[in-house]
Amino acid sequence: MRELLSMKIQIVSILVSLSFLFLIARLIVRGKIREEYSIVWLCLTMLLLVFSIWREGLNAVARWLGVFYPPSLVFMAAIFAITIFLVHLSIVVTRLQRQLKEAAQEIALLKAAEGPGRPE
Amino acid sequence: MVMKTLIIIPAYNEELSVARVIKEVQGLSAGYDIVVVDDGSSDRTREEAKRAGARVLQLPINLGIGGAMQTGFRYAVRRDYDCAVQVDGDGQHPANEIPRLVSVIAAGGADVAIGSRFLEKKGFQSTFSRRLGIRYFQFLHQVLARVRVTDSTSGFRALGRRALAIVDGYYPDEFPESESIVLFALRGLKIREVPVVMRGRQGGESSIRRLISLYYMFKVTLAIIFTYLRLRKGRI
Repeated sequence: MRELLSMKIQIVSILVSLSFLFLIARLIVRGKIREEYSIVWLCLTMLLLVFSIWREGLNAVARWLGVFYPPSLVFMAAIFAITIFLVHLSIVVTRLQRQLKEAAQEIALLKAAEGPGRPE
Repeated sequence: MVMKTLIIIPAYNEELSVARVIKEVQGLSAGYDIVVVDDGSSDRTREEAKRAGARVLQLPINLGIGGAMQTGFRYAVRRDYDCAVQVDGDGQHPANEIPRLVSVIAAGGADVAIGSRFLEKKGFQSTFSRRLGIRYFQFLHQVLARVRVTDSTSGFRALGRRALAIVDGYYPDEFPESESIVLFALRGLKIREVPVVMRGRQGGESSIRRLISLYYMFKVTLAIIFTYLRLRKGRI
């Protein structure tokens, strides 16, 4: 019974990982996200997939790190990855804001260079 | 030496006061060039400024006072001005004090001349809490930048060529007045305060309203400290 249950969750997690991988790939193909922002997601999904298939792996890594309850390792890794990604997005937003500011300033300066008295 | 001087008037929704400010500057005998930076206003600021005879730099989006001022500074650098003076569009800065600021730059006495209402304690003195905040920044500047500026939130200032070259490259977006003092001081510019008499605002709203004043204190403190750290490492 126990064996069957963990079989189920294994199949579910493999399916979820695969569909997430598919979703990310589709978004890249359609140009909805840039490759550079998808790398983190792709790596993470791959990792999830690996541990879904290789069940003993999680236990082994947990044991090696001295983690008593293996699933907590998954949570920790996930939170860590998400935090890093959010910081990355803050950096991206900051850069975009600077570029937007400079573009707006350039527009104002170029318009002025066209000279006064021009019809609007 | 005759200074080629540009008056920069940043204006965000100042349709009621901007024309009067322009007229005042035009009334000076020095004949300064005037440019109004319309920071994405939703009212008739731009039309009012044009009708008063000023050239308008129109920003397509609202950048905040710092981004707007930098637009004016960049204009000054590209058109090879010797000196740029910020005069707020709300009418707090009296135009007849502009020549005093410019003369400090022209005489080579400073790279940045800041109009201070606290040096001689005349005219509009702001509220008690605002003055307390300004004292606090005075302390920060003295510790970090080793300059004494009694009115660090004053936007009424004149910049010479060396200062313009710096702000062309970097100028803070939000609440730039206090932070830029650290920027100027650590880049080795000479800052001098000039006593001026200011008025209460003639219209519009201060960019430092009560609700956000705590945020202001916190943000500017952070900005000053980080600007200090960045400059010590030579990153700007």
